[in-house]
Amino acid sequence: MQQIFNFVIRNKTFLLFLLLFGIALSLTIQSHSYHRSEFINSANSLTGGVYRTVNSIDQYFNLKEQNTILVEENKKLREMLLNTPSVSEATLIDSSLSEGRFKIVSAEVYKNSYNSPNNYLTINKGKRDSIQQDYGVITSKGIVGIIDNTSKKFSTVLSILNKKSRINAKLKSSNQNGSLTWDGISPYLAQLEDVSQFAKVTIGDTIVTGGQSAIFPKNIGIGTVENFKTDVTGDTYKIQVRLFNDMTTIQYVYIIKNTDVEELQKLESLTNEQ
Amino acid sequence: MNNSLASNIIRFIVLLLVQVTICSNINLFGYINPFIYIIFILLFPVNNNRLLFLVIAFSLGLFIDVFLDSGGVHAAASVFLAYARPLFLKYVFGTLYNNQTIKFSKLQLNELVIYVSFMTLFHHFLVFNLEIFNISQILLVLKKTLISSLLTAVLSILIILLFKSHK
Repeated sequence: MQQIFNFVIRNKTFLLFLLLFGIALSLTIQSHSYHRSEFINSANSLTGGVYRTVNSIDQYFNLKEQNTILVEENKKLREMLLNTPSVSEATLIDSSLSEGRFKIVSAEVYKNSYNSPNNYLTINKGKRDSIQQDYGVITSKGIVGIIDNTSKKFSTVLSILNKKSRINAKLKSSNQNGSLTWDGISPYLAQLEDVSQFAKVTIGDTIVTGGQSAIFPKNIGIGTVENFKTDVTGDTYKIQVRLFNDMTTIQYVYIIKNTDVEELQKLESLTNEQ
Repeated sequence: MNNSLASNIIRFIVLLLVQVTICSNINLFGYINPFIYIIFILLFPVNNNRLLFLVIAFSLGLFIDVFLDSGGVHAAASVFLAYARPLFLKYVFGTLYNNQTIKFSKLQLNELVIYVSFMTLFHHFLVFNLEIFNISQILLVLKKTLISSLLTAVLSILIILLFKSHK
């Protein structure tokens, strides 16, 4: 017994180092292997408060740019409005589909990273605004990511520039499905994998969300085909996608709530049980 | 002693805030950020309690991780750097270290450059290895380590010289 105590006391620095390093390493491994980064994330009032202060200064420098984006979006919405058939007709067609199936909450980006292999954004809406895990996040141009962790006032978003991100997407022209992933190299390029070789792919084709999951509605823009090659396995394409969004300058985002998601999940779990 | 305690606490907070608000948003050439928070570990008083040093380095790294959503990468690298610091001190300062009389404010420039560069390289190599976590991308790790270390080392030396007390 005495010897054990002596050993501990003699090597206390090394043992403490092992303990702390072990904790840090397990946190690192956990952040690499699981979808959620439960313990260490910036959705809390400390980090949120600091980032809010910085952002309140920082946003003045981007006012002009954000203005252009807003005008651009307004123009697009205005065009859509003018080109829709009259309102009554539209409701007739759409009434069976989703009367307000998707709700939108706007949010401000407090922190955005794009230079590590696993990137997250921090935004200023949280549980208080009834934001939950797995809501989709987009901008006027295209998708940004999926809500990962939420605190009372803040949330973290698993960016599409994250090696853990995997989003259902399709080619707009041929409706061929695939998964959008990121290889961690360029913040302007994502990869669309598992696209069947039967699909006709041409450079410049538009890639949109597939709508097979409940997170994103169908046909939200992602990017265009930059180039493509046959995958190692030989029967699927791997497509480089140039993103519509400049992920390096995102300031305002929209969070999409799918009000049907609970019902969908219940139904799916019921089917799985059988 | 109290003076040193206060200055260390202030250094901890200021470096943490500067790191997460400014230095992690530099994005030179799109992806290079300096990690100047290691100045805290570089300049922590030598004769102090080593156990305390490990715990403080760990918590500094953990705070950085919370802000940057990086899992436990910086905590691991910081605690390793803190643990390995005596080796670097011994290598750079030799006998001076054995007598425990190193005063960081009275260093020669060449000693400072060597000390900061080696510590930075070691720390950044750990950070990028843990962050990328894939042995097949060792070239990317090395590239990021070299470029980021250069930036961190230069910035750190400038900051240390700038805030050196002239007594």
